[in-house]
Order: sequence, then structure tokens, then C-alpha cells
Amino acid sequence: MTANLQLTGHRDQLFNETVRQKLDSWISKYPPGQAQSAVIPALHILQDAHQGWLSEGLMRALAEYLDIPAISVFEVATFYTMFELNPVGQHKISVCTNISCQLCGSEEIASYLQKKLGIGFGQTTADGKFTLKEVECLGACVGAPMLLLDRDYHEHLTPEKIDTLLGGVK
Amino acid sequence: MMQQNQVCFRTMHLDQPWSMEAYRSVGGYEVLEKILHEKTRQESIIETIKNSALRGRGGAGFPTGLKWSFMPRRMPGDKYIVCNSDEGEPGTCKDRDILRYNPHQLIEGMIIAGYTIGAQRGYNYIRGEFFEPIERFEQALTEAREAGYLGKNILGSGFNFELHTHPGAGAYICGEETALLESLEGKKGQPRYKPPFPAGYGLYGRPTTINNTETLASVPVILQHGADWFHELGTPNNGGQKIFCMTGHVNKPGNYEVPLGMPFAELLELAGGVRHGHKLKAVIPGGSSTPVVPADVMMQTAMSYDGIGKAGSMLGAGSVIVMDETTCMVKALERIAYFYYEESCGQCTPCREGTGWLYRVIKRIENGEGRQEDLDRLVDVANNINGNTICALGDAAAAPVISFIKHFREEFQYHIDHQRCLVAEPELKLNYG
Repeated sequence: MTANLQLTGHRDQLFNETVRQKLDSWISKYPPGQAQSAVIPALHILQDAHQGWLSEGLMRALAEYLDIPAISVFEVATFYTMFELNPVGQHKISVCTNISCQLCGSEEIASYLQKKLGIGFGQTTADGKFTLKEVECLGACVGAPMLLLDRDYHEHLTPEKIDTLLGGVK
Repeated sequence: MMQQNQVCFRTMHLDQPWSMEAYRSVGGYEVLEKILHEKTRQESIIETIKNSALRGRGGAGFPTGLKWSFMPRRMPGDKYIVCNSDEGEPGTCKDRDILRYNPHQLIEGMIIAGYTIGAQRGYNYIRGEFFEPIERFEQALTEAREAGYLGKNILGSGFNFELHTHPGAGAYICGEETALLESLEGKKGQPRYKPPFPAGYGLYGRPTTINNTETLASVPVILQHGADWFHELGTPNNGGQKIFCMTGHVNKPGNYEVPLGMPFAELLELAGGVRHGHKLKAVIPGGSSTPVVPADVMMQTAMSYDGIGKAGSMLGAGSVIVMDETTCMVKALERIAYFYYEESCGQCTPCREGTGWLYRVIKRIENGEGRQEDLDRLVDVANNINGNTICALGDAAAAPVISFIKHFREEFQYHIDHQRCLVAEPELKLNYG
């Protein structure tokens, strides 16, 4: 759920209280003076609190909050594939097409999804409900073909399973 | 009758195998309690691990006891134990199941490792997409903390140890241990030069040991039953059982924890054999970066570090990718090459540029636009990446290309000559039968 995130001002007022508490809890897991270690968990938290993507303002505010240069946050946000730098749909579908999944028919799964949603990889449906991504191995190869829908893995996919799965998404 | 699931999956048959209760019922945390109570000498633990012939389960197969012995364990100041749960090598999905089904054993292994190498803090770096495994591990951490196994002065022993999860965010390269450390420090995951090795200069520049999830989770069982027991589960120099991820064209894909040294033919049978009664064509035995092995050689191979080495490949992470006779090797290699191109961190020129070359040339062969000189060109590019980069991702990109062309050259040549596939591809069917 998205509350208003304050992006400027004093450190104690940045984001909102819920987000600050989460950030502080992560920072406390690293030795004193190593707050930069919290960049990745912090970006996850901010992305979750901001409709699934990271704006430049958010990243600058995080740099402020961690007291590190903004470039250090940009570098991380642009390096890792889970971070979105542009708006995405309400739900994110990541389909693995790597070798074990490919051998088990991920191409058919991918084209079925594309046809069903009417979009290609990297695109969002017109109603803003789904973003579809092609991803590298997600480490569930014994369940190939598979996909990640938001936070859940779905394995041994068939077109029928995809129908049920997407039909159940609100 | 060979018993499976003796090590990391030993709670698998229990109800809620991930719970503290289930773990205790197999003797969980007893080893840790004994060590802390008796103040077991660090050297003696290292000796046991060495004698067990436990080798790194993440891919490199380095002897774990030896790695631990490199730590300056009496040096004052911070030292770290880091668990590599950034499972991302295509074909590998075993650590996910350890995290989901036996997280306490990993926690106990990490605390013991910390005690042994003189570390008071540990991090478990888990790939970011593993939402469910992260939750399970966090839950287990809470239970372990409540039981007094983490924190200050654990069980009155004077030993302090804190353990935390650190999530990744999608980058294969962070499975490389020094890239993982960079990532843990909140940076891009770009590998460091070695030496200095992490035992001298690791996390925050302090002595650090990094072990794979399966490696660390094996430790409590070894110390509970003894080095000989573990060693004898496997074969000489290849101690223990190991989880093999059987994927691709098998009837029963799954994670099988079996003795090292088991013949591949038996393992294949455990996994239900090749799907649809098809013939086996080739196997990638240790994850996409290990050289492909043709069926006839593989059927004679023992599943151990040494056995697969003899077959010209590597055990890697135990990620067995099975390909039947309908597999187009050009297409399979194209997908693998794309992966390394996509995941190269861009730091070293041979890898950054070379992986792109490999992918594009294989892609044009697959698309019927291959040129006669392409196969030699591919091998040439691969050889120029091999050994010329800071980390092993370059080698990982080169090995499949070299081995696919070595063993299946005629198939690649056919693609170039005829602009189509040698394998009469049947109607592609989904493998959910």
C-alpha cells in the first residue's frame, strides 16, 4: 500500500514513519558505519512502497537517508534486474526462458502469455494490470517451466494453469 | 537399498520439516550445544571437516576444511562467515529447498562455522527472487534467537554470534564470492581481483569465509555422525551425499540427495528415465557453465567430482540438465550463450565483448544465417575469453561453446550448410506428463 512518501527535507522526515522503521531495522543489521550495505534491501522496501518502481527522487532521498552519494544508489538500482526504473503494472510476471525451462516448453508458455495479455516482454497491459518480463534462471528448474508472479513461484506451467492463475488475480 | 536424504534433506520426511521441532527430532542443535559446552578446539573441528572430504557444493568443489583453515581465526577484530544462497546457475535449485525445508540446519552450520573461524557475525546472502525461502529462513532465525542460539554469550559459553539475511536483487554474477561481497557492501556486483583472497581481505576488508548453502548445511551432520560416516556415504576424496537437481527431459524432475559416486545411469533411473521413452542425447552435468557430455560417455560416468572430471566436465553445483534426442544443440547453446551475455557484469573487456560475440554468432547460425568460418570463429572467441578475465564468468561462457562444438560439430555445420536443423523437431510438446 502506498502512502505519500516525502522526498525532501530533514532526514527524520523523509519517506514516512513505516518506511523509516523498516529502513532502520535493515541498517541495524550491519556494523556501525556500514549503512551502505542496506542499499539493496532499502531499494526493495522503497519499490514496494511506490507502486513497484523507483523514481529518481526516491533514489536521491535514499542516498540522503543513508548519507552516501546519490551515484552509489543509482549504480545499484541500474545494475540489478529486480529494480524497475519506470512505472510498471500492478502485477509483475517474470517468465524464465533459460535452458531447463526451455527444454520443458517455456517458449510455448511465453507465447501463450504474450497472446493472452496482448503484450510483449517488457510491456504493460493497457489497463495497467500486468507487466510481463523475460528473466534469467530463477532457481526452480525442477519445476520447469515456471514463472514468478509478484512474490510467488508457479511451476510446471500449462496454458490451463496460466488461465486459472491469471483469472485469480485481482 | 540405498538411502537418500541423509544430509541436507534429512528432515524432508517429517511434518513441517522446516520447524525447530522437526529439526530437533533428528538431533538438531545438539552438536552446537556440545561444542559450546565442551569448548571444542577450533582445530579439531577443522580436522573433522577435512577428514570428511566435504567439498564446496556451490560449484568449485574446494575442500571446505582447508578453506576454513586459511582464516586467521585468532586475529583480533571483526571476521565474517557468509553463506552464498545466491543460487542462479541455470539448472540449479537445491539451495532453495534447503532454505525452504531445512533452514535450521543451515543456521546451525553457520553458527558452528562462525565459532570455528572466529567470526562473530554472519550473513546469508539469498537471491532476491526467493521471497518464500527468505521468509522461511527469517522465521527460523527468529526461532533460533528465541532458543538462545544467537546473540551474546550463547548458552553461557561466552561466544557471541549474530546472523542476518541479506537479499540480492537479480544478478547472476553475485554468486561469484567477491562480487557477492561487493553486493553485500551495497555496491554493484563486480568481482574483485584475487589475491587478496577473502580469508585475508573479505567483507569490509576483514577476514571472511564464504561457503555455499549446501556446504554449510552439511556441517552439523558431519560433526554429529563423524568424518568417517560422512566420507563413507560417498567415495574417497568425494565425501558425502550431494543433492543433484535433475532437470530437462526426465520423467520425474526433482532434487535427489544421493551418495557421491553414484553411477549416472542409476540417478537417471531415479528421475524416472528420459521422457516419453526417448533416447538420451547429452547431459550438462553441473549447471550451464560446465561442459556438455555426450550420452554414451555420461552413461559410463560416476556422479562425483573426480568421476565427472574424468568425463571431461565438472560436477559444479550438481545441476544435471538432461537432453533427449529431440534437442537441437544449436538452439540450446544459443540460449546458454544469451545468458552469459546478459549476465556479464561488464568489468573485463574479453567477457563483456566476447559474450556478445558468442551469442550473436550462435544466433545467426540458429537463424540459418551462419557462415562457414563461424565455428572456428566461435572457438577462437571462446579461447580468447577463457582465462583472461577477473572472475570465472568468462570461463563459464566459454566452456559450453567449446564443448558443444567439440561434441556436436556436425549439427552446427548442418545448420550452416542447410540453413535448418538436423534434428527433425517433432511438434514441440510441453513436458508436464
